Amino acid sequence: MRVLVQEAAFDVAQQMRDFGAPDMGAIVTFTGVVRDNDARNLTAMEIEHYPGMTQSALTRIAAQAQDRWNLGDVLVIHRYGRLRPGEQIMMVATAARHRKAAFEAAEFLMDYLKSRAPFWKKEITADAAEWVAARDEDESALKRW
Amino acid sequence: MDVLYFAWVRERIGVPRESVETQADTVAGLVEELRGREERYAVAFSDLSALRVALDQELAEFDAPLDGVREVAFFPPMTGG
Repeated sequence: MRVLVQEAAFDVAQQMRDFGAPDMGAIVTFTGVVRDNDARNLTAMEIEHYPGMTQSALTRIAAQAQDRWNLGDVLVIHRYGRLRPGEQIMMVATAARHRKAAFEAAEFLMDYLKSRAPFWKKEITADAAEWVAARDEDESALKRW
Repeated sequence: MDVLYFAWVRERIGVPRESVETQADTVAGLVEELRGREERYAVAFSDLSALRVALDQELAEFDAPLDGVREVAFFPPMTGG
């Protein structure tokens, strides 16, 4: 298991080079990217986090996924700081014996990262700065697990 | 104890963390004390349904006891991912 909380950019291919295990036949990766707003004038996304809590919260979520889907490997990377549209914010990877478990575990990780990992996003445009509000759908998405 | 604020809670209160002497038994009691301090706290804590709390870096409820707690953090619902 690898859990990284960092300001620096990451390289998905490099992260995948030593990921997985010999008896794992399926690897799923998901990469989250800073999306421009509807007005197409986003200059940056600022991501704040709770340094003491972030690593432990992410590790706990990753460990839950590993136990529940018998993952041979699991990776979570989440960035913080000031990011521009198009930059990668975060990624998860799961390695399981078969694809269903790998896909499900990745979705579980994403659902929990959305509303149980202590990050807060702020959208910066030329004339405004606005905190991104949590969506009710993100909270209710946890119920399926 | 140390009290930490994140995101718009930090912006409204104006500091990221502070040391607080409290007699409160629960998080809700601490919130009441803070609200009574100054307008900026009253504004930040006006709607508890818009806030989350962590005690010693674990998510908790507002009726949780503060006994033995060293660090309390207040923040809006998280928006990771």
